[in-house]
Amino acid sequence: MLELRKDVFADERDDNLKEIGKGTQRQDMLGHVTGTSTYFDDHKLQGMLHLKVVRSTHSHARLRRIDTSEAERSPGVRRIIRGADVPRNLNTLLSLINFGKDDEPSLAVDKVRYKGEPIVAIVADSPRDAYEAMAKVRIDYEPLPAVFDVEDALKPGAPVVNEVYPKNTFTYYETYDHQKLRFGDADRGLASADHVLEQRYQMSPIEHAPTETNGSIAAPDTNGRYVVYTSTQALFFSLDTCAKILDVPSNTFHFIGGTVGGGFGGKVDTLTEPLCILGAMLTGRPVRYQLGREEEMQYGPPRGAERIYIKDGVMRDGRVVARKIRAYFDSGAYTRLSSYAAVKCAAHLPGPYTIPDVYGDIYCVFTNRTPATAMRGFGVTAMDFAIECQMDKLSHLVGMDPMEFRILNAYRDGDMKAHRREAKNTALIECVQVAAEKAKWPIREEFKRMSSRKDGGGSRAAVPPTPREPHKQPVTASQQRITYDRAPAATREPPPPTPTPPPPSPPAPSHGATRFSSVFGTRRR
Amino acid sequence: MAKHSGRGIASINYPIGMNLGGDPSQALVHSNPSGKFTVALSSIDLGQGMKSVTRQICAETLGVPVEDVYVDTADSDTGPHCMGSFASRGTHRVGNAVMAAAKEARGVMMEAAAEELEVNAADLETDGRGNIHVKGAPHRSISTKDVAIAAQFKQGKTISGRGIFLVPLSDVDPETGEMSPATCYAHACLVAEVEVDDETGEVSMVRMDSAYELGRALNPRLVEQQLVGGAWMGISHTLYETPEPYYPDPKHGPRDFVEYLMPGPGDICPHDIAVLERPAADGPFGAKGPGEMCANPVLPAVANAIFNAVGVRIDDLPITPEKVLRAIKAQGGARPQARR
Repeated sequence: MLELRKDVFADERDDNLKEIGKGTQRQDMLGHVTGTSTYFDDHKLQGMLHLKVVRSTHSHARLRRIDTSEAERSPGVRRIIRGADVPRNLNTLLSLINFGKDDEPSLAVDKVRYKGEPIVAIVADSPRDAYEAMAKVRIDYEPLPAVFDVEDALKPGAPVVNEVYPKNTFTYYETYDHQKLRFGDADRGLASADHVLEQRYQMSPIEHAPTETNGSIAAPDTNGRYVVYTSTQALFFSLDTCAKILDVPSNTFHFIGGTVGGGFGGKVDTLTEPLCILGAMLTGRPVRYQLGREEEMQYGPPRGAERIYIKDGVMRDGRVVARKIRAYFDSGAYTRLSSYAAVKCAAHLPGPYTIPDVYGDIYCVFTNRTPATAMRGFGVTAMDFAIECQMDKLSHLVGMDPMEFRILNAYRDGDMKAHRREAKNTALIECVQVAAEKAKWPIREEFKRMSSRKDGGGSRAAVPPTPREPHKQPVTASQQRITYDRAPAATREPPPPTPTPPPPSPPAPSHGATRFSSVFGTRRR
Repeated sequence: MAKHSGRGIASINYPIGMNLGGDPSQALVHSNPSGKFTVALSSIDLGQGMKSVTRQICAETLGVPVEDVYVDTADSDTGPHCMGSFASRGTHRVGNAVMAAAKEARGVMMEAAAEELEVNAADLETDGRGNIHVKGAPHRSISTKDVAIAAQFKQGKTISGRGIFLVPLSDVDPETGEMSPATCYAHACLVAEVEVDDETGEVSMVRMDSAYELGRALNPRLVEQQLVGGAWMGISHTLYETPEPYYPDPKHGPRDFVEYLMPGPGDICPHDIAVLERPAADGPFGAKGPGEMCANPVLPAVANAIFNAVGVRIDDLPITPEKVLRAIKAQGGARPQARR
């Protein structure tokens, strides 16, 4: 049951609108309830072929030999596609926004980095013909040691998952192996606290479980174009990714999507379109490629696992005075989007509370599992679990009601947030108050009277003095060279001669964030 | 051996739009000769109701009935660029783009109407029912259909508009993490009540009470759909789901819905929701976005309720009966906490 609490913040709204605020029936309701809405898979085209991929049976292995000769002679097989057939067989999704380095092949060539990684695609007359041919592909693997635990992956001597990132961590700003957040002096805050509580939290991967699995249908169109029906959540994102991988101008494609059978973040990765279109290009026929349920569940990207350590300092009166967080995002074998979520996670710290001293290190770590991707609440869901369990433990520790504890620590209008922007338009206190009321959870009168619009700012608006850490020089270019599917560059260039030490740089002004690339993120190479 | 009940809470906020901005969306709005409007987008409706929300935004801005607007999505030949349907950006980003396009189209429509009525466009208003009339003189009126016909066939005007919405890209300071991640935030607080069986470790949901602050509920029924469904995704995340049950050991992954655990209809419980609206300065009619954040408070609220019921803290998701039972045994039995 839903109730609109129009009484709260009533003075900030004009409620005299004609269409806004009405529970109008959705435009596409009739189609949905009568089963006539058109999904990508409703486009059964004449002469349509079916594409299936042969996936790695190993979590980490060198590919000694791929033999498709028997599969090529299998009945109904129209085309076998290998890595060498893909015009640009290396990509990273966020290269479209200039973030990160190309690190993932459409089809594995020399090495596989997770169980289920696509190696060979088979285009055949029917799904059955494709499956029959798949069984005839012979792959000679040389198994390599694999790493599955994010903290093990960071240890010296850990197997290198992805040679583009030889330390098994995403590289931030060409310098750091993690995203930092520094606001005040968390160590001093912890030292001055009445109680310190350090805890570990873990979220396992989670499957999006859409009713409609990832898929697409690509068909040659007139005038050298291709029409692509797709389940994507991001039409132009997928289109531009395909244009890059297939190395054609973006207006080669006419993408049509729209009605999607559940996304939740699992349909951003452009899993099927590039091979599907390539299949259509190579055969001149329409091609359909849709993941089966097992593929979707095990080899389609999940919400990534996260491991989080939180160390908090709290005073007897219930004020949280310091919060120190170290988190590891399990990206799986390739980057996809986890690198970006780590930045979002850093911005989210320390949760919706005003805490004087905050410290965060967020790592994006590579392991030999299915690459992770976005999911509803990306970068935040697991952190909220950790922070809110921690808040409950802290309130218990100081003997305070958990509702009142949250109201006491809640951020308010005018407070300075840890990412150094003023909090505006806040409403956490009111949410806690209304939830308490609905649940008949008694809170004291003074907490009922508190407001997001009162008592914020002032001394809470200041950026506290923050100790500056020794600035690390960017790593040399030789370490950054892409060595995809080759041994890492054998020799490392000698470090540049030490220049005359420059005068100590003055502390960066609070609003002069360092510009580190023409757009942002690590520069594409 | 007994069943113990407990309550737990969690409160959260959530950023609206792609982190750091730099994620534009565009919209085109145009009228056909009968005064019916089409919104052309390349954005995707995932079932969350993007088409319906942008339709209402367009109708409200134009000042026409919602029935006179149709939203066409997800065609790269006809819809202008949109970053995509993710990061709680649909309502905020696409909604703003549609609003901007509808404003431009409304400007032309009012000019065309002014020419027909021989008045100044500034003296005209829409009634939201398909008519444009002189302020304070409702009898001096013309229908939007007649305006569209006149604009097209007599005046040679196109009643159309273009819109784009972009939150400029923010830098990040590598040393401190200083950045502008989002322009507005949604908020929530949720109370979960559970029952824990100390013999089996099973957790059942009893009820949930929540308050969500969303800027503006553009369509309360779509908001309800998101919040009810999203909270259930939260329950499922908390107690059931993972494709790697022994993470980080990757073995024994489920392959279908027989092996992948999720709550069934028998596992659902009442959920009483309050919606608060504190308009965002840059949201379309103040709207933020309910889509992503609705699952987030559920996970910790349930974990905290389990502690309240039996005195064990499970910090590893999902909270399976096995984990609960092992923890209860390790502490020598259930230790119910103070009843809330």
